[in-house]
Amino acid sequence: MADAVVTPVTEVRRARPKPRSRLRKFFERKSTIAFFMALPLILLIFTLVIYPAFYAIYLTTLNKRMTATAWMKNCTYLPDWICTYIPFGNLQFLLTRETFWMVFWQSCLFAITAVIFKALIGFIVSHLVHNIPAKGQRKWRGMLLVPWVIPAAMSTLAWQWLFDPSYSAFNWILAQFEIERIAWTGVAHWARFSVILVNIWIGAPFFMIMYLAALKSVPDQLYEAAEIDGANWWQRIWFVTLPMMRNIIAITALFSTIVTFANFDIVRVLTAGGPLDKTHLFATWSFRLGIEGGDIPLGATVSLFMVPILAVAAAFILRDITRRGNEA
Amino acid sequence: MSKKRMTRRQFAAGAVASTAVIGMPYVSSAQSAGKLAVGLWDHWVPGANDASKKVIDAWAAKNKVEVSVDYIPSQGNKNLLTIAAEAQAKSGHDILAMPTWWPHAQSDLLEPTNDIMAELIKKLGNVNGTAEYLGKLGDKWLGVPATIGSQLKGPCTRIDLLKQHAGIDIQALYPAGSAPKADSWNFDTFLKAAEACHKGGKPFGIGLGETSDSVDTAGAFMQSFGAALVDAKGNITVKSDAVRQWLEYSVKLAKFFPADAPAWDDASNNKWLVAGNGALIMNPPSAWAVAKRDAPQIAEQCWTHGFPQGAKGRFAPFLPYFWNIWSFSKNKSAAKSLLVALSEPDAIASFVGASGGYDIPNFDKMTTLPTWANEGPPKGTLYHYPNPHNHQTLSITAAPAPPKIAQQIYVQATPTKMIVRHLQGEPMEKTLAWAESEVEGFLR
Repeated sequence: MADAVVTPVTEVRRARPKPRSRLRKFFERKSTIAFFMALPLILLIFTLVIYPAFYAIYLTTLNKRMTATAWMKNCTYLPDWICTYIPFGNLQFLLTRETFWMVFWQSCLFAITAVIFKALIGFIVSHLVHNIPAKGQRKWRGMLLVPWVIPAAMSTLAWQWLFDPSYSAFNWILAQFEIERIAWTGVAHWARFSVILVNIWIGAPFFMIMYLAALKSVPDQLYEAAEIDGANWWQRIWFVTLPMMRNIIAITALFSTIVTFANFDIVRVLTAGGPLDKTHLFATWSFRLGIEGGDIPLGATVSLFMVPILAVAAAFILRDITRRGNEA
Repeated sequence: MSKKRMTRRQFAAGAVASTAVIGMPYVSSAQSAGKLAVGLWDHWVPGANDASKKVIDAWAAKNKVEVSVDYIPSQGNKNLLTIAAEAQAKSGHDILAMPTWWPHAQSDLLEPTNDIMAELIKKLGNVNGTAEYLGKLGDKWLGVPATIGSQLKGPCTRIDLLKQHAGIDIQALYPAGSAPKADSWNFDTFLKAAEACHKGGKPFGIGLGETSDSVDTAGAFMQSFGAALVDAKGNITVKSDAVRQWLEYSVKLAKFFPADAPAWDDASNNKWLVAGNGALIMNPPSAWAVAKRDAPQIAEQCWTHGFPQGAKGRFAPFLPYFWNIWSFSKNKSAAKSLLVALSEPDAIASFVGASGGYDIPNFDKMTTLPTWANEGPPKGTLYHYPNPHNHQTLSITAAPAPPKIAQQIYVQATPTKMIVRHLQGEPMEKTLAWAESEVEGFLR
């Protein structure tokens, strides 16, 4: 039995704390402490993300010389008194350019094709790895992650040598079989194929590892129950695996789509946008216009073009995920 | 109104200060001229940066200025990013080296250098036309044409292969130590030689990509036809006879280039020469210098010389660098003094020597330095590189269009794209219409 400590009444009175000031109370609140602990991160995000983002938006509103606002003019669907007060003259100009629409189409082709193949390959490989006995699985996981771990600019340099117009290793192999050499980066469709292939090679391991994590979290009982119900392999995938991985698939695809749309290094190193601009993406074309061409406002406009579209897509996907999470 | 009387001490201080200003007009004070931050191009030749560092250190010690020098590489466009960042921040170096189009692009933020340019031109001779076109806005000099980094992209020919396949003795046309005898070196000869070398399995290694080397060559040919996409007044001149003639000739010529030429970058032609694959490339002597190190038997057969003659002249691509002073620099007088020191004949000679002849001064009197005559093997291979006999007109693609428009034509590689489109079967008029639409966009 614990000894009770009896404190004289006078001492209790003396020890009673003084009423705390409001400021002190404020600083002792958990939410305040949490805020101050997160403050360095908030400042970092503000400095490196929010400020540059708003600055980029500001840049899109300037004219080429960056000395005045780039107002819109001669709008087809708006009266002049509204049109001439909208500071998106750069965007209005871009929408009239043939090359811009080609870059838009190429970016969509690049991102959508690459994400579909990355997801497909990631899904298949994750299943293969999942079925490897636990003892040797770690080695395979490590090896398969290598393309994703190496800095993309470096691995793309290696790919550049493989696709080199004059000294391509692939062409050397083709020559051994007396197959005509291919201008991998010299002809539009082969160049597009090359940049998409490299993006898939680099990005598929990310899908693989995410899907593998999702697969490991699917309870074995579900498969056992499905088997008892007589489900075949395909039905187990369709009715058990896919529904259980749905959220991970959605988040991974969304994340990858955003990153792939914003890709820069692969195209820059491998083709620099050529031939005839047929492999330019928003980021590489933006660099060409803004930094190399000295038209920073136009470059900023190109780079920000997809932001609202991707933001809306992200909002829809994340809303669905939240809804499914609540249902669960 | 109050009246102040000057004390003896104030008078003495004023007299000393005036003497310092008169004696050294560009440095604010002989004893304490403050700090200076300099951003120079990081030379690819090992040890070449030491030559500029030596000149700067000597000047800094003499003038008691604390100088910090950054060597900024052009790989990955690091130098362009630095220019853009400093222009945005209005802070950074006092002096920054800018290539080709950038002084015009940043003209609002650059300190005029007319005072020192007048002095330099008097001492070193006139500045070549391209450096003037790119370095001057109206009457205002935007900087000082720099020796370091300025280059000419003329033909670098394999003596043996051109003789073997085309029967041309290039050393006889461009003898070391004397004026060219190259009247026969014209576009017809060039086309026949390209065809012969192509048939012989050693095609001319000329790219049709979107990088500088390809665009420079296409532009020089265009100017030799008297063609331009935009004239000096800013009018679009794409659908002209001269442009048609240039395009027709270029496509005929391009058929003898390597099949993958549209994918070439600035390294492809160097590799082509060093690997012994072709009879000619268009490049500064960097490819020859690499061959000297890695494939000496090929370097011994290389000869750098002039462009072929076209209907309207003989044009060669020249890409100057400039040393510019930002208008937000806090030590402009010291910056100007340093630029004068960097442009002294001895300094220029040391830069040319340290670069193995790669760097070309922009001033008339400085193109006959002994470095070019002595470099080898073979001896005299670089003699004609700096255009010592003014045998050709130094030019840049898209000139004479106003530089801000020309920059877009150059960066977007419109000339090489036109050649590739037409080469791949697009009708000429369609190619011209496409080019016209592109150029319209550049005029905005």
